[in-house]
Amino acid sequence: MSNLLALAGVNTHIGHYHILQGVDFVVPHGGLTVLLGRNGAGKTTCLRTIMGLWQASAGRIEFDGTDIARRSTPAVAQLGIGYVPESMGIFTGLTVSENLTLAARDGPLDERRLDWMFRFFPALKKFWHLPAGHLSGGQKQMLAIARAIIEPKKLLLVDEPTKGLAPAIIAHMVDAFRELKRTDTTILLVEQNFHFARTLGDTVAVMDSGRIVHSGSMNDLADDEAQQQKLLGLSLDAHQ
Amino acid sequence: MSDDALRVPGIDKIPLALIPAIALVALPLIPSLPTWVTLTVAGLAMGMMIFIMASGLTLVFGLMDVMNFAHGAFITIGAFVATSVLIPLAGWTQADSLWLNLGAIIPAILAAMAVAGALGLVFERVIIMPVYGQHLKQILITMGGLIVAEQSIHVIWGPDIIPLPKPATLRGSFIFGDIAIEKYRVVAVIVGLAVFAAMFLLLNRTRIGLLIRAGVEDSEMVESLGYRIRRVFVGVFVAGSALAGLGGVMWALYQETVSSAMGMQVMILIFIVIIIGGLGSVGGCFIGALLVGLVANYVGFLAPKIALGSNILLMVLILLWRPQGLYPVAKR
Amino acid sequence: MQRLLSGDYPRSRVLGIVLVLILAGLALAPFVFPGTRSLNVAAKICVFILLVASYDLLLGYTGIVSFAHTMFFGLGAYGIGIAATRLGPTWSGLAVGSLAALALSALLSLAIGLLSLRVKTIFFAMITLAVASFFAILASQLSWLTGGEDGLTYKLPELLLPGTKLLEAPLLGVVISGRIVSYYIVFAGALCLFLALLRVVNSPFGRVLQAIRENDFRAEAIGYRSVVYRSAANCLSALAATAAGILYAVWLRYVGPDTTLSLDIMIDILLMVVIGGMGTLYGAVIGATLFVIAQNYLQDLMKLASDAAAGIPLLPSLVHPDRWLLWLGILFVLSVYHFPAGIVGRLRGNK
Ligand SMILES: Nc1ncnc2c1ncn2[C@@H]1O[C@H](COP(=O)(O)OP(=O)(O)OP(=O)(O)O)[C@@H](O)[C@H]1O
Ligand SMILES: [Mg+2]
Repeated sequence: MSNLLALAGVNTHIGHYHILQGVDFVVPHGGLTVLLGRNGAGKTTCLRTIMGLWQASAGRIEFDGTDIARRSTPAVAQLGIGYVPESMGIFTGLTVSENLTLAARDGPLDERRLDWMFRFFPALKKFWHLPAGHLSGGQKQMLAIARAIIEPKKLLLVDEPTKGLAPAIIAHMVDAFRELKRTDTTILLVEQNFHFARTLGDTVAVMDSGRIVHSGSMNDLADDEAQQQKLLGLSLDAHQ
Repeated sequence: MSDDALRVPGIDKIPLALIPAIALVALPLIPSLPTWVTLTVAGLAMGMMIFIMASGLTLVFGLMDVMNFAHGAFITIGAFVATSVLIPLAGWTQADSLWLNLGAIIPAILAAMAVAGALGLVFERVIIMPVYGQHLKQILITMGGLIVAEQSIHVIWGPDIIPLPKPATLRGSFIFGDIAIEKYRVVAVIVGLAVFAAMFLLLNRTRIGLLIRAGVEDSEMVESLGYRIRRVFVGVFVAGSALAGLGGVMWALYQETVSSAMGMQVMILIFIVIIIGGLGSVGGCFIGALLVGLVANYVGFLAPKIALGSNILLMVLILLWRPQGLYPVAKR
Repeated sequence: MQRLLSGDYPRSRVLGIVLVLILAGLALAPFVFPGTRSLNVAAKICVFILLVASYDLLLGYTGIVSFAHTMFFGLGAYGIGIAATRLGPTWSGLAVGSLAALALSALLSLAIGLLSLRVKTIFFAMITLAVASFFAILASQLSWLTGGEDGLTYKLPELLLPGTKLLEAPLLGVVISGRIVSYYIVFAGALCLFLALLRVVNSPFGRVLQAIRENDFRAEAIGYRSVVYRSAANCLSALAATAAGILYAVWLRYVGPDTTLSLDIMIDILLMVVIGGMGTLYGAVIGATLFVIAQNYLQDLMKLASDAAAGIPLLPSLVHPDRWLLWLGILFVLSVYHFPAGIVGRLRGNK
């Protein structure tokens, strides 16, 4: 299996702060890679750097064989990369339908794909004409994901989709991601919820203080309690 | 779930109601009905012209967080360009024929909008682009741009106030019984409504409008969806400058004079209007402009001494009621 | 010296020499540059150094853009003008006028600050622009109090009038009249207040302001209530501007909308502060001196150039004496981009 995305020695500065200090990891084709790490490790910064929302000051970001580290955000998006930010980035003044229409850059909404999405995000159908600002937190998260995949994408970047969601909704989210994995969309998922991550992940990378401190298969990490404790103990303790 | 959950909440109507409310409050205060009608039409006309000049500024702010303190220069330049076209055509504008009048005024307006728009493009590229996201520098640099623009006007057109008579067919009034309504004001109201309607349709019924509305809320997310919002921004900036040029022509014909200071004078009103409306909101700008126009005319009649302060008072009152203006724009 | 300058040295030999020359020139102006016009220029320089320095406290040190600075300048000037007209040319009258103006400025600046300093830079700039223009209009409307567009011309206490001779014989060839006394009041007032401002910006308070300017978010996190600090800076700056207005009114014996309140003066202040160097009070000295001299003498020079260029198209109108603002405007735009620390920054060799 080749790699769809590969970061090598990526550095990112925000103002005077040196946030990413040489990040190296790969996202293999077709699978779901989880990026773990405690608060402030630099996960969000990493996704934003891939999207071109922060400019990397050094390093390579290879997507499908080309270096996209210096590209602008729209150019990166046009390569087929969808992004669901931590804040969800919903246009609250636009209706659900308008949010999705805008995301379908190549023309009118595809009915078949819409129906497919309504199967796992039924709320969107129900509130089709409601301004998105009135949706609940979970529904907003669904809209944000739906918006990112309304057109087929090669790579989907999702930042903490389970943040603030009730367990029942998280279970629902798991189903949605499973469904998505059946299409040939590669996913890079940032997560704090290790249980959720373990259920879905194929490979895993762990960040700390702006660097990758571990990467490998999810099964290996799931089986190795000691390793988990070492890499994630802090964050799990802090969160549970 | 009940049907209630499905109901789409409409736009906030309270600010809309302010306009008739103010007109009705003024009615018993003003001694005669014809005077009230005249003042109301004058207020609406003034409001429409301010709206035309202000709409681009507020949209640019909403979209890219840029406040152009030199916006007034586009107003002035529009007025001067139109003057340059109209003065040689004085024979046509002063002829008592609608067609000859239009034959002079339409090219004048087109020229004014074209020059103001082109200048907007240059301004955006040269002056504003390097200082995105730096508010302090933005204010300073656009003030500097204003100085240079005003001085350049002096170089080209001289420092004097130039008289600019209205075209013959737009002078005088429509008379209904003892009510007289100036023709030019009616035209201003019609043009203002047309511009507002066009903007409304553009923003709410087209894809580019969808993009603009989304960009006002969160331009980063729009870029993440693959749109080059910068291009949209330049387009809006140019359109806003061209509209400022149009407004400048209308304002100059209304006052029947052109001076290099006019842009800055109107700018104060424009700032008040877009603050009242909520920075970034076109609908708010429209209502704010009408409110300012009406209040200025009613107070100007009732208490001329405090007329000029009345708009500041209106602004303070509205900010005390809604600190973000009538229609606060959701920002990320 | 250390205490006088609050430890804030020019840090550049050229700058130091220029500053000493300006100080000496202003201190000895009545003797070195006799004549009404040059004394007027010297007095105006003193006043504008103070005015621009007080604006720099806001713009350069705190990162606030206010367009209401001329409003406070005008308040001071009108305070003197109205007091002298109403209460007669007495010292107590002047004192009452000054105190009233200072009190009003303090109240007004606090009100504006507390109401709108929490909001964004741009919003504050827009609100102050609106309020200041309202004030200018108010001054020209309330003609019973302010003399309207014509302004007020008034008498001052005997000691300050040009007709008063203090010494029988001329000193160093200069008649020591009330004018000279007035000039030294303006000079001393401006110098003391300038040194006071220097002390403020180099105090712990001044350093907090700069921290806030650099990073509002972090300063708040460290625990400084940035709104309180910014309001205090706004108020101090307003008071200093009022004082400048008071001195100006004492010098001119006239006050009107055009000399103190107009937006043109606000723009002049912006030009001086940016060209001289934001965030360095010495920039105010350089900026104000250059600007006032240019305003008064550059035009003569340009007239020569303009006459010389007669016949060439457009060129004469570009170097026409009235066009000096065009060139300053261009210089202003270039300095904002390329040397935000202005002339002083250049001299100090900053990047
Ligand atoms: N705009 C910014 N300006 C300055 N520092 C920032 C900015 N955004 C993020 N940082 C810093 O970058 C570091 C990494 O932040 P980032 O948001 O990438 O962490 P994260 O791993 O996503 O954390 P979390 O799990 O809490 O979302 C943090 O120390 C944060 O303070
Ligand atoms: Mg994060």
